Amino acid sequence: MKQPISRRKLLKASLATAAGASGMVVAARLADRYGLIPPDYRGIYGIGETLTYASQRVLMSYHSLAREFKESQISTVPIVNGDLPHNEVYENLLAGGFNAWRLTVDGLVDRPSSFSIEQLKSLPARTQITQLACEEGWSFIAKWTGVPLSEVLNLVGVRPQAKYVVFFTLDKQWWDSLDMPEASHSQTLLAYGMNGSDLPEGHGAPLRLRVPRQLGYKNLKHLSRITVTDSVKDIGEGLGSVSPEIGYSWYAGI
Amino acid sequence: MAESASFAGFASRSDTTASLRHPAVIRITHWINALSFIALLVSGIAILLSHPRLYWGETGNVATPSLIDLPLPFVLANQNGWARYLHFQAAWLAVLNGLVYVLSGLLTRHFRKSLLPAWGEISWRSVVQSIVNHARIRRRSEEESLAYNVLERITYSIVIFILFPLAIWTGLAMSPAITSVFPTLVLILGGQQSARTIHFFVSCFLAMFLVIHIAMVCLAGFGTCMRPMITGYSAAKRTEV
Repeated sequence: MKQPISRRKLLKASLATAAGASGMVVAARLADRYGLIPPDYRGIYGIGETLTYASQRVLMSYHSLAREFKESQISTVPIVNGDLPHNEVYENLLAGGFNAWRLTVDGLVDRPSSFSIEQLKSLPARTQITQLACEEGWSFIAKWTGVPLSEVLNLVGVRPQAKYVVFFTLDKQWWDSLDMPEASHSQTLLAYGMNGSDLPEGHGAPLRLRVPRQLGYKNLKHLSRITVTDSVKDIGEGLGSVSPEIGYSWYAGI
Repeated sequence: MAESASFAGFASRSDTTASLRHPAVIRITHWINALSFIALLVSGIAILLSHPRLYWGETGNVATPSLIDLPLPFVLANQNGWARYLHFQAAWLAVLNGLVYVLSGLLTRHFRKSLLPAWGEISWRSVVQSIVNHARIRRRSEEESLAYNVLERITYSIVIFILFPLAIWTGLAMSPAITSVFPTLVLILGGQQSARTIHFFVSCFLAMFLVIHIAMVCLAGFGTCMRPMITGYSAAKRTEV
């Protein structure tokens, strides 16, 4: 004999549901406050993405360092992936040896600035031997030299409400963004050198982003402008980068 | 007896001859695991198809020698994003579900009682006898289906305690973020490409297990095996203590 649901059971169930729902709301608020929700958190895959991003941000919160390698482990052939930008601006800059190239830094900063490659080279530099792994499965190790992004950000004075650093490139179709923990990480470089010489064209001359704690596609080539912002909602489709617009996750730490 | 009639053919709780074969936690985690594993398998194949070449050591690419060139086309380059999203979502489901399963298995002593082979059981004789029984493709009686034989216990134990943990470990060892926190994960394996290659082979073994598992369910009697994994109850009367 089945009994109809008793009043007590109904009360218990609704209390549990209410507690669960309010718990979720509080968890979401907290996660948002501590920067644990990625810009591409919506959609069916948003749950997995958010779990990955939040758990890794917590695990890496003590400023974990990407693995660095020995000189002897540097790959003999650093694979070039993708084409050079196809536009007049890039071709003219390339023809002029990138002398006319400038990196613009603006947005939520006290002193919007622009830097020539020589100016960037005069800033404190860091050289590191790290791995670049493509999401497809292949990888190589190289020695990169550049100025830590944090040096540039300190120079221009980032405002406290900043949440993302957005990168634009000479290749108009690519742009991306980093959260502040990744942007201010000591291994996040604006790289102008590779394996002891200037950055080759195929690897993103004159300046590329190196984020060794994330996959290859996060390491934008041919940088032209950096914008500091508190929200990526109004850029592109508001997902934080081109990647989610073409089906790839914004956070690439895996 | 309206209740048992509603489950036409399936024994129900009120049936006096029925005995509990699989508790609810086992049934629920089994089917969630089945769902997430299929998703991992399909998306894993799609990810592999963007670069079906395997290497050993830290690095590998088309300019370096490979360990194995799989006879598959490089067809999904730059279009496997959906597979990556699905793979990691399903991995979360599999890992969280696996945690529930392992915790309940420890708490209820399910592992020791029903899954891990007893030491005395692992003898050549019992294993050979079990293989012979399998080779005869004999439909087993409902009574025999109440407990796993030694071959099943060994296989399930390998899948649960070796292959699944290895798949998770080698998966994590490919993440540049995770290895920045736990470099040992990848160093023990000999490099990120080694981790990828081991991940591939572990997945092959798990896929093989899935095929054999389904074949055995069919050969041993689809209803005899599926009924307890869905309703929890077997039609057989439990004779053991």
